[in-house]
Amino acid sequence: MTIMEPRKHGDASDGTVGGRQTRFEGNLKVTGGATYALEYPLEDLAYAILVQSTIPAGRVISVDAEKALAAPGVLMVLTPDDDMGLLVASDWGGNRPDNQPYYPLPRQVQYNGQSIAAVVAESREQAVEAARLICITYEKAPHVASFNDTAAGEGKVMDNLTAGWGDAEAALAAAPVQIEGEYSTPREYHVAMEPHGLTVKWDGDQITVWEPSQWSHGMARSYSEWFGIPYENVRLISPFIGGGFGSKGAALAHGAVAAFASRKLGRPVKLALTRPQNFTNYGGRAATRQRIKIGATEDGILQAIVHRGASETSTYADWPEQTGAATPILYRIENFSSQHRVVPVNAVTPGALRGPGKNPSAFGIESAMEELAYKLGMDPLELRLKNYADHDYQSGKPWSTRRLREALTEGAEAFGWSRRSHEPRSMRDGKTLIGWGIGCGTFPVLQAPSEAMIRILRNGRVEVVSGAIDMGQGTYTILAQTVAEVFGIPADQVEVHLGDSRLPGSAIAGGSMLAGSILGAVHKAATAARDELIGLALNDEKSPLRDTGANTLTFSGGRVAAPRDQGPSLTLSELMAALGRDEIEILRNTLPEGATAQEQHQAWTSMVKVQGPTMGEYSMHSWCAHFAEVRVDEDFGTVRVSRIVSAFDCGRLYNPRLVESQWRGGIIMGIGQALLEEGLVDQRNGRTVNSNMGDYLVPTNADVPHIEVISVGIPDYGASALGGKGVGEVGIVGVAPAIANAVFHATGKRVRDLPITLEKLI
Amino acid sequence: MRDFSYLRASSAGEARQAALQAGSTLLAGGTTLLDLAKCGVMEPETVIDITHLSGLGGITLDAGGATIGALAKMGAVADHAGIRAAFPAVSESLSLAASAQLRNMATIGGNLLQRTRCSYFREPDVFPACHKRNPGSGCSALGGVTRNHAVLGTSDACIATYPGDLAVALAAFDAVVDLGGRTVSVDDFFLTPGNTPERETALQRGEMITAITIPASAAAKNSTYLKVRDRQSYEFAAASAAVGLEFEADGKTVRDIRVVLGGVATKPWRARNVEQALVGKVLSAETVEAASRLAMEGAVSHGANHYKIELAPRVVARAILKVGGLV
Ligand SMILES: Cc1cc2nc3c(=O)[nH]c(=O)nc-3n(C[C@H](O)[C@H](O)[C@H](O)COP(=O)(O)OP(=O)(O)OC[C@H]3O[C@@H](n4cnc5c(N)ncnc54)[C@H](O)[C@@H]3O)c2cc1C
Ligand code: SF4
Repeated sequence: MTIMEPRKHGDASDGTVGGRQTRFEGNLKVTGGATYALEYPLEDLAYAILVQSTIPAGRVISVDAEKALAAPGVLMVLTPDDDMGLLVASDWGGNRPDNQPYYPLPRQVQYNGQSIAAVVAESREQAVEAARLICITYEKAPHVASFNDTAAGEGKVMDNLTAGWGDAEAALAAAPVQIEGEYSTPREYHVAMEPHGLTVKWDGDQITVWEPSQWSHGMARSYSEWFGIPYENVRLISPFIGGGFGSKGAALAHGAVAAFASRKLGRPVKLALTRPQNFTNYGGRAATRQRIKIGATEDGILQAIVHRGASETSTYADWPEQTGAATPILYRIENFSSQHRVVPVNAVTPGALRGPGKNPSAFGIESAMEELAYKLGMDPLELRLKNYADHDYQSGKPWSTRRLREALTEGAEAFGWSRRSHEPRSMRDGKTLIGWGIGCGTFPVLQAPSEAMIRILRNGRVEVVSGAIDMGQGTYTILAQTVAEVFGIPADQVEVHLGDSRLPGSAIAGGSMLAGSILGAVHKAATAARDELIGLALNDEKSPLRDTGANTLTFSGGRVAAPRDQGPSLTLSELMAALGRDEIEILRNTLPEGATAQEQHQAWTSMVKVQGPTMGEYSMHSWCAHFAEVRVDEDFGTVRVSRIVSAFDCGRLYNPRLVESQWRGGIIMGIGQALLEEGLVDQRNGRTVNSNMGDYLVPTNADVPHIEVISVGIPDYGASALGGKGVGEVGIVGVAPAIANAVFHATGKRVRDLPITLEKLI
Repeated sequence: MRDFSYLRASSAGEARQAALQAGSTLLAGGTTLLDLAKCGVMEPETVIDITHLSGLGGITLDAGGATIGALAKMGAVADHAGIRAAFPAVSESLSLAASAQLRNMATIGGNLLQRTRCSYFREPDVFPACHKRNPGSGCSALGGVTRNHAVLGTSDACIATYPGDLAVALAAFDAVVDLGGRTVSVDDFFLTPGNTPERETALQRGEMITAITIPASAAAKNSTYLKVRDRQSYEFAAASAAVGLEFEADGKTVRDIRVVLGGVATKPWRARNVEQALVGKVLSAETVEAASRLAMEGAVSHGANHYKIELAPRVVARAILKVGGLV
């Protein structure tokens, strides 16, 4: 599917990796030309709506659908009584139980807002109205609303997340200066503008699914496994995504329901979650709490860190929001101990939300570091630099690249940190207290194999084809830039095809790993295609370049020529015409040579081939330092962020304009996390009562100050083929503690539980 | 959403006539009605569209005051130069409300009649108990998440906050709601819940707001609307205050003062005790702070909304000091 129209660019840096090219698909988006999953106009469409539980725990005894079935336009009602004949699909690790039935509308109720029935009708309005006529009888069971509930208990230790070296307890006890604090973060949600949902259609045993996806291949695999059809029979199409932030990486129950309904009815079906359903149909960031103890010498050298954390999970799966993820690697620390528990509660299983683990972890350790700085009477910047980690004390490995020191010093310089007065409440403007704070962030470099196809067309255009997706990060643009650079052509001579599971395999757009992974494959394929073209141009008897005597060719300014102006120069289309070729097509992947078809399939549809940050010789991470200024009304307790300067080490930037936009987006989300976002749970029935965008607050433009972002990175060729490290998630990590620290500096009040709402300050 | 029939009224009389019918509801900007229809809270059988009626959208001003037609848009009133000059608090209350898009759709009449933001009111499938929605069914908010609930004017039956901003400013300046056949002061127009939380206003079936009139006064001219909330824009008030002030000729003794609180009570909350405490007094930070505290007389908290009792007097004080030229 071609979705990119040729376009003109004015930027001199167009067509090279590292150029500040504007978003390739930007025009389509702002003019409404980009078609999203719920907008595909299909004939004979039926509409499905989910019915969700209103109790937190128990069993569905019966579903009385008689009235709903009799309502106008209703085609079908699905309930736990319907055996859809589905099988459980593989998890992210590619593990799959044998022949285990899958019930997307289960009888067992594990949380309030769980899908237990669905209504399909001729119109969405009819389906919604009929859904309200469904009468469900439950047998209620006791529930645990949150991990603060006394019935929740201590939860279970996640052994794989326990870390330690040295003797942390002893070193802590011996340390002359000690601090201790408990830090907590509430349930937070993705609230992407585009809700979850899909349009689905069967042709025989072939299924097409239009669904926003951060991973077209992985989600296609789930559909094939649920329905017991070959992977090749599934086509999942996702060219545009209205925000995912981690929530759109897996196929979910509502997808199975819609696909089943469509098959049974023999009609295409559209299912869109309502906004409240987007709060319970998949999990947001789990609530966390963590106790941190730090021991240091009088002059601020860290001696020990002891960390004990916990996060909520569901009653049916363990999802740790790892509060100890950033704790061990931010500072030089010889004695360390960390443990993380999950506490089952009656809530949907939490999921990945921008910067999972690292984000709440940084809130803990970066708040604690400032508490230590104040206990020592030391500038928090100085304390951080003093304890700079020269290598990764957890893995013992050297950093691949780590420019956190530069981030701290250059960020401080740009912010004007040296003009700060240390005492809390020492900066004010009338009734407004002003405070400055620092928060560091980190995110690991993950690597995954990917595949890409390059087609050189007779008309001189070059296509790059991949099943990777673009949810706004800029995949379209950087792929075009990479290919343009290889062929020495303007970026608008490149066509990019993305977001379709039938296209070559790709890493997930998650864990900040897509750009680094897919560009490796694209660069490899483009180079191979260019080599193929060079071979033909030098050897084919029809080629005007054959007689130049050159042994290679140059590609620049849109022309192919022999080096040092020997002989003619041709455009790609002239060369293709001369060669009599309609196209040259090259497929390459970055798996080891000789990977079998089975291994390839596994690579694109599971996480088994993903490489963690310390699996090689080095420890590889992105880094950042945020400097925040807040203004707090001393009477009202209202906090406004008035300035942020953030410096990043993300290695080489493939397109600084788009990277800066991602960083800013992360920072803005961090402002929301620090000041506004909190799922409010009614303890009586486990319901999140602010499950809509009027009540679950995210920052508006008026809440977003001037944000200055600085890149201090250098290319890291250990981290990726083209030298970049992940940029998508690190931006949010460390923002909340920077703001909390600034609030402390402004007011003298240390808020250890997010969000910092006004009642905590008055 | 339930199917409904749609009637496009051709005259105010026709609209009133149709509105007499049980199950019928007037439609103005629709920003409250459609929202609540989608939540299953309002389920009209007939929707009577009044947006095309002529003569109801005007804004007129003279020395005696302003008359604002019920169909005037929030945005138009907020931006009206005459309103801004004679009633700054009214203009500010509107420009600090909702979002630009909503202000362009929503009308003044509809604005007064917006419904509470109580989460329990808005989710009938999950929380069937709500006296306001379904008299006699109970109140789900009591014992639940109450951060945004009222501390003043509550009853055992209902603790829902009146969320609007405009009505707070109107109540300060003795504005009057014109119902065509009769008029009611804004203060009397809104009811506290008592045992009948389903009755929110003095509006009777078959009545329609045609206009709002605001008498001019020196206090209205020297007024402000202060809205405090966690988010800088697009959020209802955690606490707000509309304050107008007129000094004696000496420029420091209070001749006339109006104080109304928003975001903390079940209706726009005129704090006459604060006003009385300050009339005839010389304004100072101390007198203002002491008087402002009186606004919380009778306040009751329900857990998470306790902060409002602390916050609201500070908002009142700041607003008074502001119009008094002391901050
Ligand atoms: C997301 C969001 C945020 C908001 N934030 C704020 C805020 O910060 N501050 C604030 O004050 N408001 C806020 N509002 C409320 C908004 O101001 C009201 O929804 C709006 O003013 C209602 O006006 P309308 O013309 O759209 O009314 P409609 O929805 O058309 O009508 C509302 C009700 O009034 C009745 N009605 C309308 N006109 C008349 C009339 N002339 N006579 C008799 N009955 C009539 C209707 O029958 C209906 O019951 C917000 C709303 C939303 C959706
Ligand atoms: S506070 Fe009022 S509106 Fe809210 S649930 Fe109780 S009765 Fe209903």
